Amino acid sequence: MAGRAQEDIEKELSKNYITLSYAEYEEGLRNGKLLGLRCQSCGRITCHPMPVCQWCGSRDMERVELSGEGELLTFTVIRVAPEGFDAPYVPCLVKTSEGPVIIARLDLPPEETSQELIGKKVKMSGTYKYEGDKYSAGAHVCPVFKIIE
Amino acid sequence: MRDVAIIGVGHTKFGRATKSSLELFSEAALQAMDDAGVTGREIEALFQGAALPGFEEGQVMPAAFSAAELNLGPIPAIRYEGACASASVAIRDAVMWVASGTYDIVLAGGVEKALLMGTAFATRTFAMSCHSPTEGPVGLTFPGVFAMAARRYAVEYDIPLDELREKMAYVSIKNHRHGALNPLAQFYKKMGNLKVEEVMNARLVADPLTLLDCCPFSDGAAAIVLCDADKARKYTDEPVYVLGTGLASGSALSKMGDLTKPVSRVESARSAFRQAKLEPKDIDLLEIHDCFTIAELIALECMGFFGWGEAATATEEGETEIGGRIPTNMSGGLIGKGHPIGATGASQVYWIVKQMRGEAARGNQIDPVPEYGMTDTLGGDFGTLCHLILGRVRRG
Repeated sequence: MAGRAQEDIEKELSKNYITLSYAEYEEGLRNGKLLGLRCQSCGRITCHPMPVCQWCGSRDMERVELSGEGELLTFTVIRVAPEGFDAPYVPCLVKTSEGPVIIARLDLPPEETSQELIGKKVKMSGTYKYEGDKYSAGAHVCPVFKIIE
Repeated sequence: MRDVAIIGVGHTKFGRATKSSLELFSEAALQAMDDAGVTGREIEALFQGAALPGFEEGQVMPAAFSAAELNLGPIPAIRYEGACASASVAIRDAVMWVASGTYDIVLAGGVEKALLMGTAFATRTFAMSCHSPTEGPVGLTFPGVFAMAARRYAVEYDIPLDELREKMAYVSIKNHRHGALNPLAQFYKKMGNLKVEEVMNARLVADPLTLLDCCPFSDGAAAIVLCDADKARKYTDEPVYVLGTGLASGSALSKMGDLTKPVSRVESARSAFRQAKLEPKDIDLLEIHDCFTIAELIALECMGFFGWGEAATATEEGETEIGGRIPTNMSGGLIGKGHPIGATGASQVYWIVKQMRGEAARGNQIDPVPEYGMTDTLGGDFGTLCHLILGRVRRG
């Protein structure tokens, strides 16, 4: 019979290309864990997760848990929020001790923020839960960090 | 590949429009066709930038309806979406298709109608060109992205933040000065004489950016007619040639590396220069993506017009004004002219062409007219970058 066997096509479909999904990354955050991937080729860490290493592009990666510690790279105070968010709040970029930079929120009242915070040590202290809207594919979480020095 | 020329340009008033997006685009397109002296029957394809029409008017696939409204016949009509760079991406592809020999005459441009959405919903939809899985739940906004970049700029170049804010204010002052002189601008006859303190003391949008560090939400459209360069003089005595184009893509903000030196912007600009066989010193005029004051400084450095960390002081000293080293955003830029995101790239091209014809508004026209001009358009948080280099003479 012409064509390819259904079982062969299904077998090909079952191949897994995603070692750590966004959903699993978020599930980790909800459990207080910052999950990432260690590249078996270059040894570096990818976080947030991607299908391939964010540094060398290798697909050979295994899951790891990061320390949740890092350094505050930059931040802002959002005063004009998108629909669905209540200003003010403080997004930030954190350079993790393991190398990759991640986006997060900073657990600090906006009035206590200043440029001098940049470079301070931070540690993951929880998550912010965004309830979501019609366009967000449901509710999601992001990591929250606090200043530890 | 063939050389490609711009033979006609059109541009609606930017600001708040009562007309629909389809009508706005038609208005710009018909102006451009009149300017070129081409009829609808001669247009072989339509390339239209439109970033958020589904959210604005419940309209996707707008390009097909634009072609239909203009009675262009059943020609290929494609919508391009590269967030705020949508029109530049559309124009670049239009250039490719004409250069390839597939079409001789095409229409390209863009349209947006963002003001009706209101600030909260517009901010939400604009933020959709952030990385949705990770930046979405944080509630990141575009002012927020550039506020974070401004703080890094201050750190990288060891400038006290308030000193940097003062230097950034000169971008707003300059661009509003020229926007106030531009009858097509959203802020025509408004804020033409801003003071540093007014910019710095305006309401904070995302620390340290104030409202006057930011471009507005806008409605508007712009369009151009592109033509095989060998046929351009049949239509106009003043064709403007597309000498080089660049396009590059970025990543989620967190994986970008240095926020003050976005790789996508550097690479896109370099490829445009390579293609045009030109260097920054050859360019006489820039229209660049000043969505925020800090964005203009970062763009000037990434494109190679100033060394790293030098654009802030150069701007304060007037190097980007008329008579300076490289006049930048003499149309008012996004800050003074307005930023209908799907149309902005085409608006930038429109104003370079007008400058080359000596037809920019008084006070904005550089003298002598520029030989070479360049546009820079940014989509998302450095996710899509596009550069176009235009010239009054063909490549040698």
